[in-house]
This record gives sequence, structure tokens and C-alpha cells, in this order.
Amino acid sequence: MSAGNNPLWTLVSTFALMSLFAVGGANAAIPEIQRIAVDVHHWMNAKQFADVYALSQLSPGPNVLIVTLIGYTVAGVVGAFAATFAMCVPTAVLAYYVSGFLSQRRTARWPAIIQAALVPLSIGLMGASALILVQTTDRSVVAALITAMAAVLSFATRLNPLWMFVAGGIIGFTGLV
Amino acid sequence: MPALFLAFARMSLAGYGGVLPFARRGIVEQHRWMTADEFNETFALCHFLPGPNIVNFSMVFGARLRGIVGGIAAFAGLLLPPMLVMMVLAALYAHFGEVEALRRVLAGVACAAVGLLIATVLRMMTPLFKRRDVAGFVMLLVVLAAIGIARWPLAAVLLVAIPISLALTLFVQRKDAA
Repeated sequence: MSAGNNPLWTLVSTFALMSLFAVGGANAAIPEIQRIAVDVHHWMNAKQFADVYALSQLSPGPNVLIVTLIGYTVAGVVGAFAATFAMCVPTAVLAYYVSGFLSQRRTARWPAIIQAALVPLSIGLMGASALILVQTTDRSVVAALITAMAAVLSFATRLNPLWMFVAGGIIGFTGLV
Repeated sequence: MPALFLAFARMSLAGYGGVLPFARRGIVEQHRWMTADEFNETFALCHFLPGPNIVNFSMVFGARLRGIVGGIAAFAGLLLPPMLVMMVLAALYAHFGEVEALRRVLAGVACAAVGLLIATVLRMMTPLFKRRDVAGFVMLLVVLAAIGIARWPLAAVLLVAIPISLALTLFVQRKDAA
């Protein structure tokens, strides 16, 4: 953060812009959020970012609320509100107008084509999220095993994710990670 | 209006690891505000727009039911209660984040959370794999490398990748139709 720059304004402008590019939702925006929070503004280090990601997954509500945590870290309660609304309001307003526009005229072809074109991009972005987080979290064999087990269990079963967090937390507590 | 706020607040707080299934149950089955088809159609629209899907959905859904005020009520119901939970967690983390035991627990949770993310990516890739969508896979890998390895800014990458992906999609559809 450069001196003289208002951190609140940085939060609002950063997340408002990101909101319009967050194709595929919050998990696809993780690399960009990490790049800005860790590399560009040094609001936190990579380890703290991984902690913040874990916290955001541990608590209820939409995944996008990771920006609430980042806003809080930067500028307290005001920062939390500023970051969250900057990330959510522009796209909600856009959605409101586009849905009004589309319900007036039945052009059902274009949304389907745009969606088909965007799906591979959002998967690529989420893959990048996983890649970036793994580099911070999985620094030991046990850590990599926890990640692999959670991935397999979640892919192959309908087990509640809470159990995997509990298991990960317990193994972490024992100091093996 | 208070009903919309409360319904979205309840779905959001129950929505652990994704609010969508809870939103579907609440809106279609419990309150019967929409049929399953209407729900899918509205959600598909919010999925192709940028930003957090479920947040877009709350706005569009509330507005369809009760106009702009309804949209704001649903939006606020979805976001405010979990934001409060989040801020309590953030305050706790600010105070105790350096405690060694908590650091270890969070490190373990983070490993599991990344595993879940990998599973989501794999699950989303399955349809591309079944369709043998080569163009889709190439775009996926290019974006993954540009963002995940080269660490280029999101906006720059997408401004190039979206037109290319759109052109490829149109080209493949034309070829399939011909």
C-alpha cells in the first residue's frame, strides 16, 4: 500500500472492477484476489491468504464472502462492508438490467452460446485457484495426502464437506501437517 | 419484503459449501415462489453473467417477485447475516491468528478446502471430457497457465480469451449444424 492512498478506495475500486470480470463466480476469482492482496498491495502474505480461504470455506454463506475477510483485514468493519458491496453490487445491478432486457425479447440463443464459451474459461480459472493455493498449503507429504483424500472423497461421494474440514483440522492440530 | 429477506437469510446461513441447493429447495419446494423450470432458467441467466452467481440470482429473483425493493431485500438477506459471521471470525483471527495450535488447525483445514476445490474442478470438467470438447480443453489449459503459472492480470487474460472462446464455440456449432 503506497502512502497517501486511501486503502478504502483501493478496496472499492479493486473489487468493483474484479466483480465484472469474475467469470464463473468467486472461486474463479481467487487467483486475481490473491495476486492483488499478496503481490500487489501486500495486505497479507501467502500463508495468511490460505488461512483466509480456509476461514471463508468454514463459514456459511456464498463463497464470495472471502472478500469480506480481506476487507476486514485491510480496514476493519468499514473495509469489510466496502469490499463486499464493491464485489457484489455492480454485477447485481448488471444482472437486474440484463434480466429485464432479456424477458422483454426472446433471444434465447445468445445466452446459451456465451455460456458455452465461458464454461471452459471458468474451469481454467478455478484450476488456477487450486494450483495457487496448493503451492502454499501443501508443503508436506501429509498435507498433500489430506488434499488428495478430500478431493477423492468429495468427487466420488456425497459426504458433507464439514467432515473433511474436521478431519483436516484434527490432523493439522496434531502437528503432522 | 421481510419474508424475502428472511427466506434468503435462512438459505444463506444453511448454505454451507454453496448456497444453490438450499436456494432451490427453499424457493421451489418450500415457498413455491417459482417452478423448477423457472428456477433453472433464471439461474442460467445469472450463471453466464460475471460475478458471484447466487448474488446475481438473489437480485434478479427478488426483483421478479416484488420489483427493485424485493431485489434489494433478497440481496441484503443473502449477504448481511453471513457477513456478520465472517466479521466475527475475522476479528477472532486477528486476535488469535498467531496462536500456534490455531495456525496448525487452519493449515489442515486449508489442505482439505483445496481438495474440495480440486473435486469441483474435476466434476465440472467431466461434461467437456464426455463431449470430447478439444477446443474447450485447450482454452481451459491456456487460461489455467496464464492465470495460475504466468500470473497475468485477470482482466487482460479474459479480454483476449473471451472473444477467442466465443469464436471457437460459434465455429464448432456451425460445423456441427452443417
